[in-house]
Amino acid sequence: MTRIHLTVDGASVADDVEPRMLLVQYLREKLGKTGTVIGCDTSNCGACTVHLDGRSVKSCNVLAVQADGAEVTTIEGLSKNGSLHQVQESFRECHGLQCGFCTPGMIMQSVDLLNENPNPSEEEIRLGLEGNLCRCTGYHNIVKAVQHAAAQGSSTVGQGAQA
Amino acid sequence: MIPTAFDYLAPTTVEEALSALAQHGDDAKIMAGGQSLLPVLRMRLNAPEMVIDLGRIDSLRGVRDDGDAIVIGAMTPHFEVAKDPLVTEHAALIPKAIEHLADAQVRHRGTFGGALAHADPAGDLGAPALALGAQFVIAGSGGTRTVGADEFFVDLFETAIGEDEILTEVRVPKHTGWGAHYEKFVRVVHQWPIVAVAAAVRMDGGSIAEARVGLTNMGSTPIRARAVEAALVGAAPTDDGVRAAAEQAAEGTNPPSDLNGDADYRRHLARVLTRRAVVAAAGG
Ligand SMILES: Cc1cc2nc3c(=O)[nH]c(=O)nc-3n(C[C@H](O)[C@H](O)[C@H](O)COP(=O)(O)OP(=O)(O)OC[C@H]3O[C@@H](n4cnc5c(N)ncnc54)[C@H](O)[C@@H]3O)c2cc1C
Ligand code: FES
Ligand code: FES
Repeated sequence: MTRIHLTVDGASVADDVEPRMLLVQYLREKLGKTGTVIGCDTSNCGACTVHLDGRSVKSCNVLAVQADGAEVTTIEGLSKNGSLHQVQESFRECHGLQCGFCTPGMIMQSVDLLNENPNPSEEEIRLGLEGNLCRCTGYHNIVKAVQHAAAQGSSTVGQGAQA
Repeated sequence: MIPTAFDYLAPTTVEEALSALAQHGDDAKIMAGGQSLLPVLRMRLNAPEMVIDLGRIDSLRGVRDDGDAIVIGAMTPHFEVAKDPLVTEHAALIPKAIEHLADAQVRHRGTFGGALAHADPAGDLGAPALALGAQFVIAGSGGTRTVGADEFFVDLFETAIGEDEILTEVRVPKHTGWGAHYEKFVRVVHQWPIVAVAAAVRMDGGSIAEARVGLTNMGSTPIRARAVEAALVGAAPTDDGVRAAAEQAAEGTNPPSDLNGDADYRRHLARVLTRRAVVAAAGG
């Protein structure tokens, strides 16, 4: 067992974990943060995307021990004071989901993308989301949702991700 | 899937990492960004008893100027390498290759040294490193040694790094003012190339003065297309101007056959992609 201390969605946590425990397992099984989901075995789908020290990562491909001392933001930490993050709002507004399974990862990656590039072109959005697979939507409404969020202004985008 | 149980060390200096390696020998595995290692452990294709994480060794991260070369720390993540001003100015081929390597999440974790040490013949960084004549600095208990790109890549997933050694940094000779392009042919984005071509050219008075060309996935290691390089000298930077030189791209290669394409198809791709890469690198 290895002792880890980290911040998850603004709260400090500490636990003894097995070194082989994946970050996604830690979030879901130890902390009950089941908003972050697992969609594959190969690190291809992006459903498990969270932010580690402000940058998006696939939490199925990071060990919990590697996150020792880090700040993690999950989909559950994006909303502030009961109001949705602009990107969450835009996915709802533009119907950027159907079954919703890819959505937590899509939103976390979209927030990262907009943090880096507040005014992306359609192509930049599609490339920026290349590590996130969606089985339902055909991506069009997801792209529209990111464009919508960008149009609302970068000042509101990323507020949760910086936390 | 979950890896089999292992012990874990996160040293903060190269010396500590080397002594841990010496102590645990064959049972230990180095972890850089984990983006290739963790999938392997999760599939249980490998089951080390000890994982030595280099992620806390600050001295292995970053890019510095060293006269006629830039030096890239092995643990510098792909996204940092790609936007580093020294790299963009003096080794523009590297950011071009990283742009289409994996996806944003993987580029945030995966490292320059990890990708090269992994030596996947379909990996995107080997051909650029080879084309630019990179030198690999390898630390062991007896000190450090430097290995040229020609000797570094030994075979499939095999490099000159010994079992008790660590790749610490990669020196890339400056190619300031050279045009560069990485032409990658894939079936789906964010995956490894079926074939890719890395090209850097120095132009002089409207024609190609010097060229460096590296091939990805045309054999068990990255390959330098020296016949193409020689034939490009003096060529006009147009489709027609480079066509004859590019025709030699598959010479001396030994490409694999798999579900993505057979060896002949890959040879064809190497010729076409070389032409495209060189023309694009020359700004044509
Ligand atoms: C979904 C996905 C898509 C990908 N797509 C691509 C792609 O399109 N193109 C591409 O090139 N790559 C791709 N990759 C792989 C990616 O580039 C990895 O970042 C890289 O191959 C390994 O880097 P790492 O730092 O994560 O190394 P790790 O996975 O930590 O290590 C890889 C291997 O190298 C050894 N090693 C690492 N560092 C050192 C060192 N300093 N000294 C000695 N040994 C060392 C380790 O022991 C291990 O065997 C992809 C990965 C994923 C998960
Ligand atoms: S669950 Fe992590 S990428 Fe699919
Ligand atoms: S909405 Fe169903 S997978 Fe994307």
